[in-house]
Amino acid sequence: MKPLTTEEIRAVIARGKLKDTLFKALGILCLAFGLFVIVALILDMAIKGSERFTLDFFLNFASRRAAQAGILSAWVGSLLVMFVTALAAVPLGVAAGVYLEEYAPRNWMTQVIEINIANLAAVPSIVYGLLALGIFVYQFGFGQSILSAGLTLALLILPIIIVATREAIRAIPAMIREGSMAVGATRWQTCRYHIIPYAMPGILTGVIIGLARAIGETAPIITIGALTFIAFLPPAPLTALPDGGTAGLFDWVTAPFTVMPIQIFNWTSRPDPAFEINAAAAGFVLMAMVLAMNALAIWLRYRMRKNIKW
Amino acid sequence: MPNNTTQERLKAEARGLNFFYNGGIQALKNINMPIYDNRVTALIGPSGCGKSTYLRSFNRMHDLYPGNRYEGEIRFYPDDTNLLAPEVDPIEVRMRVGMVFQKPNPFPKSIYENVAYGLRVRGERNRRMLDDKVEHALRGAALWDEVKDRLQDLASNLSGGQQQRLCIARALATDPELLLFDEPTSALDPIATGAIEELVHELKKRVTILIVTHNMQQAARVSDYTAYMFLGEMIEFGKTDEIFIKPKDRRTEDYITGRMG
Ligand SMILES: Nc1ncnc2c1ncn2[C@@H]1O[C@H](COP(=O)(O)OP(=O)(O)OP(=O)(O)O)[C@@H](O)[C@H]1O
Ligand SMILES: [Mg+2]
Repeated sequence: MKPLTTEEIRAVIARGKLKDTLFKALGILCLAFGLFVIVALILDMAIKGSERFTLDFFLNFASRRAAQAGILSAWVGSLLVMFVTALAAVPLGVAAGVYLEEYAPRNWMTQVIEINIANLAAVPSIVYGLLALGIFVYQFGFGQSILSAGLTLALLILPIIIVATREAIRAIPAMIREGSMAVGATRWQTCRYHIIPYAMPGILTGVIIGLARAIGETAPIITIGALTFIAFLPPAPLTALPDGGTAGLFDWVTAPFTVMPIQIFNWTSRPDPAFEINAAAAGFVLMAMVLAMNALAIWLRYRMRKNIKW
Repeated sequence: MPNNTTQERLKAEARGLNFFYNGGIQALKNINMPIYDNRVTALIGPSGCGKSTYLRSFNRMHDLYPGNRYEGEIRFYPDDTNLLAPEVDPIEVRMRVGMVFQKPNPFPKSIYENVAYGLRVRGERNRRMLDDKVEHALRGAALWDEVKDRLQDLASNLSGGQQQRLCIARALATDPELLLFDEPTSALDPIATGAIEELVHELKKRVTILIVTHNMQQAARVSDYTAYMFLGEMIEFGKTDEIFIKPKDRRTEDYITGRMG
């Protein structure tokens, strides 16, 4: 073959560059479309709900009059449920992930478990609701409480945390593990001093993504029987109860509750259009909660990764 | 084996050692070889001949991965235990046999914590004791003067050669009886390499050393004994001077003179 002349080389490069530019433009277009949709949604809710963004909206209970109705029981309920969810799902998920990566023998049993974790992640959330109604609400007698809701959502996000933990562990080079074992460490010491700390940024990201998913879940919470209209808060630990007694440290977990998405759903199903303003405002607040959680995840990951270099 | 080694004391001895990787591939074939106390033994041979596999048998590193299988024995002295015996806990073996890897692998923690790790694993909590041993190990690895004012800095901020000496300090901190080096200088520049070689020479007063190297000059410079491996077999073992001056086996000669490998 004859070597190309300079002109020919330039022509080849120009053709390549044209495709480069086209692809870049396409990519920006797709990205802009996605961003546009999300920004439009948020702005729409913010504008529609703007007249409700007062302190009262956050401090009032639900009400029959739209202008006086607030989201106090909903945001408190959401936060408490998330707290229980995290408390249950994080230790379970991390322990399961560490076991699968560091301890489990590679045999057919492990394979079956691995495939089923992937399946669990694909189970529709309403099915978790049905399961939880049977087990937590009736069998264990937890009732239609924050505890039941928290545990239900914990089941829902468990696969996300397990997968995140495993991915984070796999990113740790084998030579770190070998370096630890080579001085005579046990597997547990290796996990405790190295594997879990170094996997932490990835695990935390998974936890927060899981919680962000859980906070928006409606179907399983309705299934286990969250109230749609509630005008009191769960009893804070060690405060006086209306009946004269004092609330125990954990009384709040058995209290009835509602959460943000249920409150929003409730308002959108009212005939009075004034409630749509409330729904939009609450939707914006929920969105802000999710975005704040994601921001927290990014910040934590950045902070923790700074010191972890191989 | 040369006769004039009779005054040497044995530290370890491989007897009929075979090793099979997971798939059943036999990587070591009937290896018999002595390792002498307070001497440096170099392992040389072409890539893929089984040097690392052999080295990693001494601290049971292969036990970390499922399906690997040893046959034969590695006797360890003075107590004459078989390191490979199933009833011997690999963790106990690793507490007596230290290892330095090809690529420096410090933990993403402080310099201090890297060196103290082996002691912490052994349950040492006494701060004074830890400080002393960390200093002693860093001096032993010829790193103390460079890092004594920044013990709490991250180990990853050290240069490659310093990181490798840190890994040596990590292994030294727990006073191993045998120290394994797998091509410890292959990722380093000539100056850092020189520092490590000098260190190996110094260390043999305290500890027996088994070192894999691809560099003939290095083997000749640092070792007292040399073993030549080829395709999983131990072809020749002897005093380093004799191996390099008049090897008995044709294959050893070809390798050393650069006709092969
Ligand atoms: N984890 C493994 N599973 C299966 N076979 C392996 C594994 N590690 C090494 N081997 C094989 O065992 C043989 C010996 O490998 P080994 O790493 O011990 O060679 P080496 O002499 O250290 O080579 P190098 O000088 O390149 O480091 C090679 O044929 C290699 O392909
Ligand atoms: Mg090797």
